[in-house]
Amino acid sequence: MRTKSTNRFITMTIIYILLIILAFVMLIPFVWMISASLKFNKDIFVIPYEWISKEPRWQNYLDIWTKIPLAKYALNTVKLTLIVTILQILTSSFAAYAFAKLQFKGRDLLFLAYIATIAVPWQVYMVPQFLFMRRLGLADTHLAIIILQAFSAFGVFLMRQFYEGIPDSLCEAARIDGMSEYGIYARIMLPLSKPALSTLTIFTFVNTWNDFLGPLIYLTTDSKKTLQIGIKMFISQYSAEYGLIMAASVLSLIPVLIVFMSLQKYFVAGITTGAVKG
Amino acid sequence: MQSQSAQKRKIRQTLVAYSFIAPNFIGFAVFTLGPIIMAFLLAFAEWDGNNPLKFVGISNFTGLFTNDRFMASLKNTIVYSLFTVPFTLIVALGLAILLNQKIRARTFFRTVAFFPYVASLVAVAAVWNMLFTPAKGGLINQLLMNVLHMQPLKWAASPKTVMFTIVLFSIWKNMGYYMVIYLAGLQGISEDLYEAAALDGAGALQKFRYVTLPQLKPTTFFVTIMLTISCFKIYDIVYMLAGGSNGVVNKSATVLVYYIYEEAFRNWHLGSASAAALVLFAIVLIVTLIQFRGEKNYAND
Repeated sequence: MRTKSTNRFITMTIIYILLIILAFVMLIPFVWMISASLKFNKDIFVIPYEWISKEPRWQNYLDIWTKIPLAKYALNTVKLTLIVTILQILTSSFAAYAFAKLQFKGRDLLFLAYIATIAVPWQVYMVPQFLFMRRLGLADTHLAIIILQAFSAFGVFLMRQFYEGIPDSLCEAARIDGMSEYGIYARIMLPLSKPALSTLTIFTFVNTWNDFLGPLIYLTTDSKKTLQIGIKMFISQYSAEYGLIMAASVLSLIPVLIVFMSLQKYFVAGITTGAVKG
Repeated sequence: MQSQSAQKRKIRQTLVAYSFIAPNFIGFAVFTLGPIIMAFLLAFAEWDGNNPLKFVGISNFTGLFTNDRFMASLKNTIVYSLFTVPFTLIVALGLAILLNQKIRARTFFRTVAFFPYVASLVAVAAVWNMLFTPAKGGLINQLLMNVLHMQPLKWAASPKTVMFTIVLFSIWKNMGYYMVIYLAGLQGISEDLYEAAALDGAGALQKFRYVTLPQLKPTTFFVTIMLTISCFKIYDIVYMLAGGSNGVVNKSATVLVYYIYEEAFRNWHLGSASAAALVLFAIVLIVTLIQFRGEKNYAND
């Protein structure tokens, strides 16, 4: 008995030691980021490193707004992220309803077209897509970024999977009561699919917020840039403005942190959808 | 009479269905399907975006394989994948097993392991560049010198260590994602199997070897595929860690997607960029087909 509990004690100790190392490795960069954002540039590489400055330089958090048009970048990013997320949710859930609950000619073929493109990475067709958008006069516009992100096959696929799990009899009953298909979608399916909608929301939000290559290719005018591109340009131009770079980084992470903390459950659900069977 | 009204109803039904699909499908067909087809055509043509397009057969492809920079990109991408896939997999599995135990603050530790995955790349790459600065004052070099008594490394600034730095960063940033998949896999293993193993006198290590690992086989397979595909699509990490102030990545660190980007949007060799894109597509397709095959096998088991 006694050896068993000692064993258990040793195992748990090892587990906690490993976990503390893990937390350390994962968190140190973020802690360092905050610490460095409150320093003068000359103090950043001082040996030994001072984790908590005696005189924190809060000024960095004020200066960054005037050094680059951070407010404009943030506004652009918020605008794009909101529009893309709303469009994505509306059009995906709408199309998914037809794929899951309606019978019509060409359904399987159309759905196959969606599935097939999930396997094609965006990087494969980003060049012709850009040329096409340029032809339409959409280069260097926010509309291009919205179009780029708003019609993903992934969204339709995710929503369809979820709708398949809702019994058909529910729709049938509503049809007998004389409800139109649009009514069934709006009043029965949408309210029932909150978990899937949340998953799609957080995925789209994080993807659009963090997207880099899309805005890098499309947005050339400074006042149209997003946070990611804007901060990256700032880093390239003023690579020695360590304190300011870190302050901008901290600020750009806050919205992601808030959304992630409040919707974490759905994020995990989204990752495991289709990942593990049985 | 009746059959006519039935037919009318059917047509109506189809129209309603199409009205549901249209908003998404039109956008999808015009801006995704169209460009995909165009990518295939462009790969066999020469075009700078302005002058008339000229079809050139397969010369874009033969050109690629004699191009130093393309071959370096291909090689770097493969090397990157060869190191990133197994190490991310092992770390993710280890983390999942740790965080599947009955421990305090489990949610906290899971969140901590997962957060780098959602954190904006620009921000975390900026911190990494400072922590892993080639200067002696960098935190990591300090650690190397004072704790491990090693020489400071040049990290992303040296062609010898740049890939190593990129791999290290990728593992750190992405392992949380795959950990979540493994956690789901672990929770799917029936408790009975462990009890049966315990009755047979199996210790913790034997349980892991004979129950956990075999039961996780489908998950491991899935993770390997996902990881490989995402490794071949790598671009932004390289751009952030190894791109100079003008954003140009050296031969020592260039990857496939970077090559496509550079050929298309810096050199305006649109045909050759599309040919490189098709090479990327072929690789991803092969991996996906392996996945389909594998999933069939597991379904039969």
